[in-house]
Amino acid sequence: MVAQRMTEAGNEAGREAGSEAGTASGVDRIPRLTADGITVGYGGATVIDGLDVVIPPGLVTTIIGPNGCGKSTLLRTLSRLLKPTRGAVVLDGEDIAGLRTRDVAKKLGLLPQAPIAPEGLTVADLVAKGRHPHQSWLRQWSSDDASVVERALAMTGVADLADRAVDSLSGGQRQRVWISMTLAQGTDLLLLDEPTTYLDLAHAIDVLDLVDDLHEAGRTVVMVLHDLNLAARYSDNLVVMRAGAILAQGHPRDVISAELLREAFGLTATVIDDPVGDRPLVVPIGRAHVRAEAGAEVRAEVRAEVPAEARADARADDAAHEDRHTADPA
Amino acid sequence: MSGTEVDPPTRPTTRPGVRFGQVSFVWRPRVVLVTLSLAAATFLMFCVSIAVGDFRLGLDRVIATILGRGDAVDEFVIMDLRMPRALAGLIVGIALGVSGALTQSLARNPLASPDVLGITGGASAVAVFLVTVSGGASAAIAGSVGLSTAALAGGLGTGLLVYALAWRRGIDGLRLILIGISANAVTQAVTTWLLATADIRDVARAQAWLVGSLDNRSWDEVRVAFWCTLVLMLVVVAIAFQFKPMHLGDEVAAGLGVRYVAVRAVLLLCAVLLAGAAVSAAGPVPFVALVAPQVAMRLVGTPTPPLAASGVLGALLLIGADLVARTALPVTLPVGVVTAAVGGPFLVYLLVRANLRQRA
Repeated sequence: MVAQRMTEAGNEAGREAGSEAGTASGVDRIPRLTADGITVGYGGATVIDGLDVVIPPGLVTTIIGPNGCGKSTLLRTLSRLLKPTRGAVVLDGEDIAGLRTRDVAKKLGLLPQAPIAPEGLTVADLVAKGRHPHQSWLRQWSSDDASVVERALAMTGVADLADRAVDSLSGGQRQRVWISMTLAQGTDLLLLDEPTTYLDLAHAIDVLDLVDDLHEAGRTVVMVLHDLNLAARYSDNLVVMRAGAILAQGHPRDVISAELLREAFGLTATVIDDPVGDRPLVVPIGRAHVRAEAGAEVRAEVRAEVPAEARADARADDAAHEDRHTADPA
Repeated sequence: MSGTEVDPPTRPTTRPGVRFGQVSFVWRPRVVLVTLSLAAATFLMFCVSIAVGDFRLGLDRVIATILGRGDAVDEFVIMDLRMPRALAGLIVGIALGVSGALTQSLARNPLASPDVLGITGGASAVAVFLVTVSGGASAAIAGSVGLSTAALAGGLGTGLLVYALAWRRGIDGLRLILIGISANAVTQAVTTWLLATADIRDVARAQAWLVGSLDNRSWDEVRVAFWCTLVLMLVVVAIAFQFKPMHLGDEVAAGLGVRYVAVRAVLLLCAVLLAGAAVSAAGPVPFVALVAPQVAMRLVGTPTPPLAASGVLGALLLIGADLVARTALPVTLPVGVVTAAVGGPFLVYLLVRANLRQRA
């Protein structure tokens, strides 16, 4: 049973989705990770205010939303990188703030946004770092560690690159290596903050296929993605955020709609059936090269329906760390 | 890619391990071999440094005396006259090498050495203040706690100030360096001003201290430096395991279960105190803390500065530089002149290389 908490802004589509997400996935295990009424901010500015979310176990949950809506902040709070000023993140029944950092690391793997490895560090050595929570001063490289790392390398398809320097790899390979490291941590829960940032579409698909493999192998994945179509294709559960609150949550088929996109992103789009799959496909409508009838219809709608404030919110970038999207990785 | 069940490849892709029961380590032959070779070279340099002087001694006699089997004259020359200088070089070199390896690793930047971060500058400014400003308070301080301790306090104070100023929701390596450079400039301005306004005899004394020198070390000074360095090294060794994932950045380290704020605070404090201990024992010997970790890294072949090898190489560099300073020219130079001559070009090399990499 997937508990579903809607914010006041939740719309009809979102509420339907809520009731179906649990049944559609057939998951009725106890959720391992939840946020209860969390308020999070940076130095005085509140980014998330009183948010509740339940991460359904065994599913891929993707947090989407406009820039600055607090999606990375939510993920970072769920992973204990940020401490909520009010409310609590609960991991396996315990307040995560009260757990030892090391014990959290044994249960929850985290891949931050655009991590950077020291120049010259080899793939095998980086992935081996994932064993750190299980090691100690005197027990730095047990045979268990070695075999787990071997498996993590093999499962992510980077075993052949083991002796290469991480910085010499392509962006997609590099991201596979980082995921391999979190995998070597041996946790069932993986939190990935924008695993496809800076990747071209082919590499993004490659990384998300890997995420799907991890899901198939029984892991719970929570990630932040920017691309709505990739999010719809690869997730079982979407969490749509706007201005620090959850707007809708549920299966992509139930959540993604033209109204929701307009409400969350201030985006005018049409949602069609994915020609190659059973998920919705978002077709954005801008101004350029759109057939007159589609464009005119939508533009009229926009003028009539979208509150100016929603569009302004979507553009606001109040969460400082999310600025990184615009930064050059080099 | 079917991800669920993949058999590990037949050829192991990971590092071999050294294992005894519950105790296990990664086996990195190059790290061990290079570090041991450096240690052997340092011991040799240490003995040569003792052997060379107005009264020449053979290496065999030096080693015999160190092992307690020398005759009375050798014993006097070596243990009373030359040993303090050589030991001071060894200890100061280790302290500087390890301190530099720590600051460079924590800032994730090869330019972040105690000299650049203003720690040495702060120590120097305080020392020069005590030497040049004669009169009530400063004379009393110099008399009661000694120049060395005051310099150590100056280094610590500047280090903490730089850390506090660089803190903004965490520590960013580049900001730490920029603030360190500013702090360093301020301390140097203070030092220059003190020298410009001071009595000429005090200036000469202060100048001699400012270049960094191992001349006339006493057993007392060596003893203080030894205990400081030993205690700090034990702390560093104890915490070194938690330090390893921090090369991957704060957030990755946190994800791997490291309390990075605490680990970094303790290690930076150790780095500042190690540099401070070195400065108080030998004056601000420049560039050893910058060069040793970077050269050690290249010799050992690790992507990050290796702590042990950096310390040993620091000692090798400092004792070697002192030997050159004493023998290369008819006049004896302070060791700082030699390390600056080697370190300056190396700094340029690092900057050029960083520049090239950014453009690539």
